[in-house]
Amino acid sequence: MRNKHRLIHHYIDLITVLTQKDLKVRYKNSFLGYLWSIAHPLAFALVFFIAFKVVVKIRVENYTLFLISGLFPWQWFANSVNGAPMIFINNASIIKKVNFPKNVLVLTHVLQDMIHFLLAIPVIALFLIIYGKAPSVSWCYGIPILLFIQFFITYGLSIIVASTNLFFRDLERLTMLFTTLLFYFTPIIYPEHMIPNHYKPLIHLNPMASLMVSWRNLFMVGVLDIFEICLALVYAIIIFFLGHVIYKSLSWRFAEIL
Amino acid sequence: MNRRVVVLKNVSKSYPLYHQMMGIKNFLFNLPKGIRSMKNSRIEVLKDISFEIEKGESLGIIGKNGAGKSTILGLIAGVLKPTKGTVFVEGRVSPLLELGAGFHPDLTGRENILLNGILMGYSKAEILKKMDNIIAFTEIREFIDQPVRVYSSGMLARLGFSVVANLDPEILLIDEVLAVGDMDFQKKCIDKMEEFKRNGVTIVFVSHSMDNVKRICDRVIWIEDHSIKMNNDVNTVISNYTRMR
Repeated sequence: MRNKHRLIHHYIDLITVLTQKDLKVRYKNSFLGYLWSIAHPLAFALVFFIAFKVVVKIRVENYTLFLISGLFPWQWFANSVNGAPMIFINNASIIKKVNFPKNVLVLTHVLQDMIHFLLAIPVIALFLIIYGKAPSVSWCYGIPILLFIQFFITYGLSIIVASTNLFFRDLERLTMLFTTLLFYFTPIIYPEHMIPNHYKPLIHLNPMASLMVSWRNLFMVGVLDIFEICLALVYAIIIFFLGHVIYKSLSWRFAEIL
Repeated sequence: MNRRVVVLKNVSKSYPLYHQMMGIKNFLFNLPKGIRSMKNSRIEVLKDISFEIEKGESLGIIGKNGAGKSTILGLIAGVLKPTKGTVFVEGRVSPLLELGAGFHPDLTGRENILLNGILMGYSKAEILKKMDNIIAFTEIREFIDQPVRVYSSGMLARLGFSVVANLDPEILLIDEVLAVGDMDFQKKCIDKMEEFKRNGVTIVFVSHSMDNVKRICDRVIWIEDHSIKMNNDVNTVISNYTRMR
């Protein structure tokens, strides 16, 4: 019992120290580091705005706001998953020598991107205000709920990618391709009601669709759809569980393959 | 007789040849062949090894490169699983890492001490309490708040050894790391290990330096052709070993 207590305590220590490390490395040039990572989704918003609003003339109200409220949470997901293939490889020297819970590396990797997303929420609020709207009270419970769901989806997928990439090293290239394709299949740069009717049912096969729609609705109008949330939660549980099983069955071989 | 803290019983370890299946593309294009080769081609690194280490004992492991010495350390550290046989370890294992392993180049020496200690299984409170001792032991106080990428290899060795040496290890694993660092520091490391010996710390020492093995170890295991060629007191094994070469 005491032993178990110590183990959990150490787990928490590991997570805090590793997350602090990641954040320190990322924000070493303090404010400039922060600006850089906000600039990325904003630049994409600008590109999509020019392509779809100016050129294609998409009929969506407040399109800039629409883009931003989807791109920021997506950035968290994409950054975590795209970085996942290298997590264990970059820590090879320590994995080969020290026995520690290696999934903590993935956990803090995702946590770090999550904190970064949290820091970017004021930017979304700022854009709301510019557009004459205001952040809703429902953010208080909506953000934690969606944060929780997205964390489990992102962690699950990241640990699948990180673990299998050790055995199939070209997975790294496929990951980028996968997240890019998934991005265009997710209603982020277009609203879900624009999808042609006979393709509409397919949208729920995309685990990220419900989540991204929920984020956008929460940020833009302060409303959460219970069906979308439940669906996202089901995906989160499945993907998290799958990731856990894959990690458990492969992790004891990490040290010999690295 | 003392308590046994490490017991390896009929341990064999073999690795599959992973490089043959690297890449999803290769794997899919050679599927039947890939699966067959995965099953058949394995390299045997250790064959039916058995030995025990008592608490407070200093065991040396010698042998040629690729004989399987590091694999034994991996098994004791718990990062590798034996293919056959059992490995029993009691107590906290602290591996002394190779140069700069586990350090992040952009973090300062002080931050890396914390990071390294945490990964070794110590609590944050324990490390912070010992921080001053660790820094004093490194003798590079003026660099301790600089990022470690500006450190020389000798300074990295000092930092790495200081973390392990000052955090009350129970079973210390040392794999050929004392070669770096200047003479002063090497001497300091050897002195520290002798102090550990007096304090009842169990030491497993892999080295090619027979002088260091003689100074630190009570007993030596000589690994050749993936099995134990000799397991005896330090002088007997070393004199046989040097005669063979």
